Amino acid sequence: MKVKYFAWVRERVGKAEETIEPPSSVHTVGDLMAWLSARDETYAHAFEKPKVIRAAIDHAHVKADAAIAGASEIAFFPPMTGG
Amino acid sequence: MRVPATIRIQQSDFDVAREIAALGADRTDIGAVVTFSGLCRGPEGGDAIAALTLEHYPGMAEAEIKRHVDEATSRWPLQGVTVIHRFGRIEPGQNIVLVVTASKHRQAAFEAAEFLMDYLKTSAPFWKQEETPDGKGWVEARAHDDAAAARWTKS
Repeated sequence: MKVKYFAWVRERVGKAEETIEPPSSVHTVGDLMAWLSARDETYAHAFEKPKVIRAAIDHAHVKADAAIAGASEIAFFPPMTGG
Repeated sequence: MRVPATIRIQQSDFDVAREIAALGADRTDIGAVVTFSGLCRGPEGGDAIAALTLEHYPGMAEAEIKRHVDEATSRWPLQGVTVIHRFGRIEPGQNIVLVVTASKHRQAAFEAAEFLMDYLKTSAPFWKQEETPDGKGWVEARAHDDAAAARWTKS
């Protein structure tokens, strides 16, 4: 699946997008943040306060307990500040 | 009846008068047009801002705004809606966002414009970065924007 990062999450991770294949033990958006954080300290820094991070699956907002099965694009970003 | 809706995410500026004219072109049934323009402020909390740079999530930005435009047209008797949100570097005094709503009577247009702006602030995937004399920094989300959006939640 494709993962995208925006704003300071993108800066901390150090890339705008990547393709990943998490193991089957990663069920939810929250699991995915934890799995990425365990891989590398750049992710751990980006996701150090997981409750602050917002996520979207296939262009729709989701909560951390949302299942990632079947998702083609997952995005992580800070609270939005548009308008 | 399907309500004409225009949603554009663009780097270039927009012309408010032209957008109002476009929304009302070739029709005489509209009685009220409300517009909201959001501009880049220069002074912000004691800092002088040289510019804002807006990052967005292409694809989701359009989808999220459309979801809220669809909700607005189902909640209020609107005759037309236009939402334009810019991205890229924007200097003080320049336009950032435009919401235009049209209805037979003013109340629906006023309320729908406010509803759309409240949700654009908290749900549309855009992020502002400020340029100040001290460097660049991401703007933090404000609790009062969440509270403004929450008041539209149906009980």
